[in-house]
Amino acid sequence: MANMNIITVRYFASLRERLGRNEEQVEAAGLSCVADVWKRVATEPLPANTLVAINQEYASPGSPVRAGDEVAFFPPVTGG
Amino acid sequence: MAIRVQQDGFDPWRELAAYLDTHALDWAGRYGATAVFIGSLRDFSQGEVVSGMTLEHYPGMTESYLEKISAEARTRWELLDTLVIHRFGPISLGDPIVLVAVWSAHRDSAFAACRYLIDELKTRAPFWKQEATPGGVRWVEENKP
Repeated sequence: MANMNIITVRYFASLRERLGRNEEQVEAAGLSCVADVWKRVATEPLPANTLVAINQEYASPGSPVRAGDEVAFFPPVTGG
Repeated sequence: MAIRVQQDGFDPWRELAAYLDTHALDWAGRYGATAVFIGSLRDFSQGEVVSGMTLEHYPGMTESYLEKISAEARTRWELLDTLVIHRFGPISLGDPIVLVAVWSAHRDSAFAACRYLIDELKTRAPFWKQEATPGGVRWVEENKP
């Protein structure tokens, strides 16, 4: 059951290494969109090619976030 | 329609035979076309020798994305079934990384849907390749077509 006062933030691949962490939790209060979440967790601007997801579905920096959400930031994908 | 994301290595040809044995019961004798794509780890990338690779993924989102594009393919083309298998974790040279198979009555839809699935997978499924080269490990920044 998700804690309803927090947003879980996850990072992958080169972005995970650069930030030095896989995952963290932030207070949801005051965060209205994905870009707000990034400002809370990082000092650098969101790198231009970064992809974002909310609850494991693609989203954009302007997409709204709510308490209980899982927000992910990751570089361009290279599977296959 | 089946999706598998797994760390273990696999033999795509055995997987295809096994899938036909277990899943084709409903559509045996109805497919005229099988289109298959297999991606394997080759020994060069961007002008450098590659000796191995590690694939990271986003557990959960990977599976749901592959489910989504498989369902989308079945709305765009008349397909009997699809199978997608993709590995993560450490991969050795020559190992298969991905298998996409599509069964259809006719080749046009089989080819088109197979192409669609591998292209969507490569551009949007949350996997990341880290290659081992003589200069050390490096993240692959973008996929080549």
